[in-house]
Amino acid sequence: MTPKASGIPGRIQERTLIRGGHLIDPANKIDGPRDLLIEGGRVAAVGERLDVNSQAAEIIDASGLIVAPGLVDIHVHLREPGQSYKETIASGTAAAVAGGFTSVAAMPNTVPVNDSAEITHWMQASERGAQARVYPIGAATIGSMGEALTNYEALRDAGAVAVSDDGKPILGDDTMRAVLRAATAAGLSVIQHAEDTRMTGGCSMNAGPLAFRLGLRGMPVEAEAGIVKRDIALLRELKSDRAHLHVAHLSTKKALDHVRAARKIGLHVTCEVTPHHFVLTEEAVGEYDTHAKMNPPLRTTGDRDAMIEGLLDGTIDCIATDHAPHAAHEKEQEFERAPNGITGLETSLGLSLSMLHRQHGMPLTQVLALLSARPAAILGLAAGTLAVGASADVVLFAPETEWRFRANESRSRSRNTPFDGWSLPGHVFLTMRGGEVVYREPSARQG
Amino acid sequence: MQPHSQEIRSTDRPIPSRSRSLLSTVDLSVPDIAALLQTASFLEKEDPLRRAHRLAKRRVALLFYESSTRTRTSFELAAKGLGADTTLVSALSSSIEKGESLKDTGLTLRALGAECIILRHPNSGAPYLLERVTELPVLNAGDGMHAHPSQALLDLRTILHRLRPKHANTGIDESTLAGITVLITGDILHSRVARSNAELLPRLGARVILCGPEALLPGWAAEMGPGIAVERNFAHAMRSSQVVMMLRIQKERLGGVELNLDEYIANYQLNAARLAENAPRALVMHPGPMIRGLEITSDVADGPQSAVEEQVRHGVAIRTALIARALDALPEGVPA
Repeated sequence: MTPKASGIPGRIQERTLIRGGHLIDPANKIDGPRDLLIEGGRVAAVGERLDVNSQAAEIIDASGLIVAPGLVDIHVHLREPGQSYKETIASGTAAAVAGGFTSVAAMPNTVPVNDSAEITHWMQASERGAQARVYPIGAATIGSMGEALTNYEALRDAGAVAVSDDGKPILGDDTMRAVLRAATAAGLSVIQHAEDTRMTGGCSMNAGPLAFRLGLRGMPVEAEAGIVKRDIALLRELKSDRAHLHVAHLSTKKALDHVRAARKIGLHVTCEVTPHHFVLTEEAVGEYDTHAKMNPPLRTTGDRDAMIEGLLDGTIDCIATDHAPHAAHEKEQEFERAPNGITGLETSLGLSLSMLHRQHGMPLTQVLALLSARPAAILGLAAGTLAVGASADVVLFAPETEWRFRANESRSRSRNTPFDGWSLPGHVFLTMRGGEVVYREPSARQG
Repeated sequence: MQPHSQEIRSTDRPIPSRSRSLLSTVDLSVPDIAALLQTASFLEKEDPLRRAHRLAKRRVALLFYESSTRTRTSFELAAKGLGADTTLVSALSSSIEKGESLKDTGLTLRALGAECIILRHPNSGAPYLLERVTELPVLNAGDGMHAHPSQALLDLRTILHRLRPKHANTGIDESTLAGITVLITGDILHSRVARSNAELLPRLGARVILCGPEALLPGWAAEMGPGIAVERNFAHAMRSSQVVMMLRIQKERLGGVELNLDEYIANYQLNAARLAENAPRALVMHPGPMIRGLEITSDVADGPQSAVEEQVRHGVAIRTALIARALDALPEGVPA
């Protein structure tokens, strides 16, 4: 389903004027009616009623639409190399731009694991056909086995923006200490999947009365909170202003409280939460719906509400999807045997607008900051801003228009989502990367 | 967005076979349970030759991923008693061993003409998947640690026959078991029997006490539903109970749980002295298989208070009713 409406996707216009929209650029504190002029793939001017000769520029009519920096997702699984039956860099980033994302950071749990400069380069090669910017995250340990460290300088020089063994936590204290020290020396962030796997063997959902009733072994809150607490203690030991720990997909109030406390004493600890962890609760497991199986698991209403509170009060730094495609035959299995994870790139903006803006009154600019400027800042990406001179990564969406997400129309190669059929606000009309239209809503009008 | 409503989740199609399946006791209303018990009694008394015409030459598949003696045999005898052809597929002698999925196994059985699948499976929730993919009625013969609904129904029938004989064949309601406390003791954590009984019996007015050490009985088990309490002191719990149901320690599911068996026996074994002192008139039940000398001693298992063999007999009657219901062959005059 490529956009078939007027206009030629992929064609770079020398000058493009996005006119009549409401521009929200949290990085530059802009929230009002502005035109956006793009020249040579970069932002050339932002202003009210920019006067441009319509012969000399393509005009995109953005009236009634929000014009925002292309969204940034620092936690996705693109499955390449090795598992292209689930997703490819091309299909995953096609889903990204359809969801308004122009930059994604790709986790290293590929096959083989991205623990080398070679794979890091391979992922960024133009032959991959990426629609969005792909920032690889390198494995923190060789093969993500939790033992020998990878070469952080080599990964960094090849383009890796952080190190992580996502999917597998770095359990050993000595290993984690060494990872933090080496990453700090290389100027890289450490992203930890916080799960004490010694407490979660054979578990497939949140521990508690519901898991007991369903006869499923549960992952206790302590399995997440304990590792976050331990990592913070190790970070503190380092006594370096440059050391940075980023907690992936936080899901429990207890772990969030540890992050809050660490911030208070000035440690550089950041964290992300996924849309599913601030929208759904463990009740979504229902009759063993494997589309409600993920790691960390969906938690209780109390934890879900704590995630919303953390987003509202700023303790949670950003929203990340943990986009985790799996083939239908893998999810259509016994609950305990099905793999963890759901897709998320096409529903993240809609779910965030619905839950945070509509239901909890978060200003749009704050929602968009959580989806662009702040995740970009966490990993130091040149993204999430519409400052003059910045790459023209732009998303145009209708903040109120309801659209229905259909899994079978997804651009991802996989369909594993609990949000199939949901009606969401925030219909994406157009996504641009470097001034190039990479997504146009099939029925979108042309200015 | 619909985080709080079920309105338009396109994946939530109603499952056509649900009213004929039995996946969990949760799916049965009290009138449904009453009807099943009446059907069981009717079919039990029916002339065997007449009964054998009800499902003559219809096909019922038994799909067993775990070993079983009582459940499998009684389901099989029940189906055969109704005249059905049965086929048994077990994990170790089928293509399951070669890696065939539950979905494909179910579709294969359907293609071979099975109109109902009786499933035992080590994973909780597996019957839901099988029902979803085959759209056939599925009878849950035990799934992981989740549910064993036919066992709970046969346990109910056993309790009724012994303690509420007037209601055993005529009808039950929300207060039929009022005044009865059922004590379930042992490896509650891994027991689908305990979960199904704890769900079912309180809805008919019984009180359920769950008893066992912390490692085999987490405190939040009491939060499963109303009418359920957790008690660690076995003797104390026995004194207020009319039914004492013992469970086997499921070594195959213990995982990392460390258990001192001597200590367990000292605290939780049902032996003659303990029974005589604390519950001399209580009905003793056990879903089997029993490990004599561990959770129960032989003198108690074979003693006058024991209903263990009766439970097995009630199993055939209950499973006959469940299969008749699954294949839409309920006798006329008995409420469906």
